[in-house]
Amino acid sequence: MKKNTIYTIAAIFILFILVFIANNTLDSYILRILNLCAIYTVLGLSMNLINGFTGLFSLGHAGFMAVGAYVTALLTMPVAVKQMNFFLKPIIPFLENIVWPFLPSLIFAGIISAIIAFLVGAPVLRLKGDYLAIATLGFGEIIRVVFTNTQSITNGALGLKSIPTTTNLWWSFGTAVFTIFIMVSLINSSYGRAFKSIREDEVAAESMGISLFKHKVLSFAIGAFFAGIGGGLLGNLIGAIDPLMFRFTMTYNILLIIVLGGMGSVTGTVISAFIVTISQEVLRFLDEAMIPGVPALPGLRMVVFSILLMAVVLFFRHGLMGTREFSWDKLRIFLKKPLAKGGNK
Amino acid sequence: MMNVLKTDNITMQFGGLTAVKEFNLELNKGEIVALIGPNGAGKTTAFNMITGVYTPTKGKVLLNKKVTVEEKETYEQKDITGLRPDQITGLGIARTFQNIRLFKDLSVLDNVLIANHLRIKSNVFEAIFKLPRYKREEKQIVEKSMSLLENVGLAEHKDEKSSSLPYGQQRRLEIARALATDPQILLLDEPAAGMNPKESDDLTVFIKKIRDEFDLTVFLIEHHMQVVMGISDRIYVLDYGVTIAKGNPYEIQNNQRVIEAYLGVDEDA
Repeated sequence: MKKNTIYTIAAIFILFILVFIANNTLDSYILRILNLCAIYTVLGLSMNLINGFTGLFSLGHAGFMAVGAYVTALLTMPVAVKQMNFFLKPIIPFLENIVWPFLPSLIFAGIISAIIAFLVGAPVLRLKGDYLAIATLGFGEIIRVVFTNTQSITNGALGLKSIPTTTNLWWSFGTAVFTIFIMVSLINSSYGRAFKSIREDEVAAESMGISLFKHKVLSFAIGAFFAGIGGGLLGNLIGAIDPLMFRFTMTYNILLIIVLGGMGSVTGTVISAFIVTISQEVLRFLDEAMIPGVPALPGLRMVVFSILLMAVVLFFRHGLMGTREFSWDKLRIFLKKPLAKGGNK
Repeated sequence: MMNVLKTDNITMQFGGLTAVKEFNLELNKGEIVALIGPNGAGKTTAFNMITGVYTPTKGKVLLNKKVTVEEKETYEQKDITGLRPDQITGLGIARTFQNIRLFKDLSVLDNVLIANHLRIKSNVFEAIFKLPRYKREEKQIVEKSMSLLENVGLAEHKDEKSSSLPYGQQRRLEIARALATDPQILLLDEPAAGMNPKESDDLTVFIKKIRDEFDLTVFLIEHHMQVVMGISDRIYVLDYGVTIAKGNPYEIQNNQRVIEAYLGVDEDA
């Protein structure tokens, strides 16, 4: 086995020891934030595959998350809870009696998400740039409106409550590690190179024999698969979902993560998922009344992120990492000669 | 001699403008054929019709594809009119671009590896989980790409960003990338553009070398007359979309209509 593989396995092992310790020592508030960090990592990576690596400006992420969250929630809720939730109009009997364990529900949620991505992507991915962004944004909204109106399937605007809160640190960090593994493996494979070539120059990529349609849809569907899983984890972490949760602001949060971390960098996405999620909590004091006599300004916290996003777009186009990635070799060079190469080549 | 590509009266109209009119091209196996003409004559449009970027308004593009039947090489005629560029590349026609179109932010090696992707048989799951078939294919394409890079003299630059290469080397990389798709016909759009006399002489030698080594038929657009005359077996001349002459370099040099197209008509004559 290669040295670097051993390092990676050791790092994952240490991570899980830390998860074990955290699970037993930290209070539920901090655990919730850590869970969100890991889930946002999954979501960020899935969006970065579509936007950062394949260069498709898609803003439909909240839609895929909604699909994933609802599918997972409906599959994992016990029959009694379902009956309690659907008091306005009963749930369709077929869904009422299905109760699956968490893992198959999550995977199934991902698959449903990917299938919808395929159906949506097939016509929509013929568009480019801003047009694609608008079409996918529209898709996200349509999903939300559909979910608001399918009373007997999604319970409409009432949303779903008392979803089993199965998601814990093991699930969220396990999924995050799995997603990182898949993404790194994918983008360094021949298919990943094909995705990047589409980002760099579509005309040249097509002339090199890469079927644009096939690869765009593939990237879109894989991204949606993980978005669905991320949505499912989120729903079963919070325990209650409703269509309003999956508004455009949800997509915006994830977009913020990938722009900040660097479009086209797995490492950057992971780092910035943690930074953004934690700072959203840390900056919560901004929403409260700070100066006596001045009323509280709820939402001031989000202004900070807006300014941050503008600053990144204007002055640091490449975000934290650009398209660079972490590797053990670079770390070794960095530790030996901290100033010689700066650890990034 | 065997023709590998034939166009049958291909015509391209953009609204009321006829960019190329009834262009009849015949490429024989192993030839180097040039397409020349003044600016705006429709040369690149003709290229784009062959490579599938445009679908000809009229006419057909016919490819004689090399196929191996019972260990014997034969040719099979195929109508490729209106296929997508990636399908046409898959059938063995590769091209380069007038203004270099490398994948700028990717490494030199990655540029060539990407061109191998169309021959990959493994599906995306095999690629993600690094199953045996994918591992074997990946190893093969890396070896093939490295030998291509050695061939064009770029092996030691393999990890550099392709946009950091000097101009002449970028041109070579683009040719190496086109070769990686395993073409039987190579289309070069102004390969010597922006090159000094020394570089264009090198290019002439280089094109002949790869033609022999990879068993190619080469069709190129070029403005450098020195290159064109030195390299071509046959030349087609376009002017305002119309084929005004074809023949060997000697015939073209002495063709009155070609001289007029390039230099203008002498009014006293």
